[in-house]
Amino acid sequence: MKVEDSKIQISKIRTFEHRKIENTKMKNWWKFVTVALLLYSVTMGFLGEVPRLAILNESIRNLYFHVPMWFGMLAILAVSVVYSIKYLNNPTLRNDIIAKEAANVGILYGILGLLTGMVWARFTWGAWWVNDPKLNGAAIGMLIYFAYLVLRSSFAEQQQRARISAVYNIFAFVTLVPLLFILPRLTDSLHPGNGGNPGFGAYDLDSNMRLIFYPAVLGWIGLGIWILNLRVRLENLKFRFYENA
Amino acid sequence: MLLKEVIYLVQKDFILEWRQKYAFNGMLLYVGSTVFICYLSFSLRFSGLQVPVWNALYWIILLFTAVNAISKSFTQENRGRLLYFYSLVSPQGVILAKIAYNAALMLVLGLLCFFFYAVIIGNPVQDIPMFLVSILLGALGFATSLTLVSGIAAKAANSSALMAVLSFPVIAPMLLMLMKLSKNAIDGLDRSTNLDELAILGAINVIVIATSYILFPFLWRT
Repeated sequence: MKVEDSKIQISKIRTFEHRKIENTKMKNWWKFVTVALLLYSVTMGFLGEVPRLAILNESIRNLYFHVPMWFGMLAILAVSVVYSIKYLNNPTLRNDIIAKEAANVGILYGILGLLTGMVWARFTWGAWWVNDPKLNGAAIGMLIYFAYLVLRSSFAEQQQRARISAVYNIFAFVTLVPLLFILPRLTDSLHPGNGGNPGFGAYDLDSNMRLIFYPAVLGWIGLGIWILNLRVRLENLKFRFYENA
Repeated sequence: MLLKEVIYLVQKDFILEWRQKYAFNGMLLYVGSTVFICYLSFSLRFSGLQVPVWNALYWIILLFTAVNAISKSFTQENRGRLLYFYSLVSPQGVILAKIAYNAALMLVLGLLCFFFYAVIIGNPVQDIPMFLVSILLGALGFATSLTLVSGIAAKAANSSALMAVLSFPVIAPMLLMLMKLSKNAIDGLDRSTNLDELAILGAINVIVIATSYILFPFLWRT
């Protein structure tokens, strides 16, 4: 009798776990899409046909890596601000952790964007760093988020830290927007599409590059959200571990 | 109702400043001695200062003065008095009053700084009314974006270093626009060339005031 009971118990647990796995499989479809998009855009980015242009030469392929970093950074930082606003409305630990980790992933993407951009600038404009409004805007944006992390580390109490850094996060994002979107359009810039330069559409007459560029943007945003997801889960586990220890 | 509160709080700030003049006099001396040190270190008696350098130096002096002056706005009052205010007035009133008071303070400091600067180092400005407009917008801009940051920094442990770290990146876009505007004024360019900068500075100020107004209630609860 007892043995049968325990068998039923075990089979119940098994079906429960099975269902859980099924659920997570259904929930994780976007990770497969991300991997597919990245594999496609990276292979096609290195091997596909690109327009032959003077100065740019093969470095035009950096479009598939450099520009998606900035799209990814803005998307992830927007997530960070949304969760900061959510925290002010509904102060839970989860909202705070997501806001902080999203800022971290945004900084990672920003640094990668700066590095890929510096390599590109070296081979097309001739210097690692030029006095360009977009470069300066990106650097100041990085400073804002480093300041956010410094601010976070200067509070000992969790709730105070979460609320005050949420306030700064929202305030900083609002002042970052004119910096990244309005200023480069007013002044001369070496970037395509600014200060009288033709946009990238002019180089890409047959729209073949778009077929790789847009999947690359989506893929890198997806990867950022995946990293964010993992980091949030890790932080949650850490918090639970130290809370109960 | 809100307007009444703001006027009352601004009056209170002015009266406090008048009674304990050391804060204002301290800032005045700060501006004067910084200008004099710049004068000495560039040894200007023998060679004039070039216009871009003159312009950049003026705004950097004003930036440091602003960070020093405005960082006091939430730390100079003691806890008991702050709690007393919190029971009487709304947070929106407090932040608007502080912004208005700081804007007035920065306007006075900016004008005095310009005066010292022009007397000691020389005055290359060709379109003085336009330059005064840029000082006015600068005072307003420094006050709007630094007041909330000073409220944030006042809550933290090591607030004076944090104030600089938090405020410099936030103020950078405004500073770039201000330098451009005042450079045009110094060169005496036609005023219609400045419309873009004026519109953007006004828009940034409005956005920053609106965000401070919305966010400050969350800050003062702690």
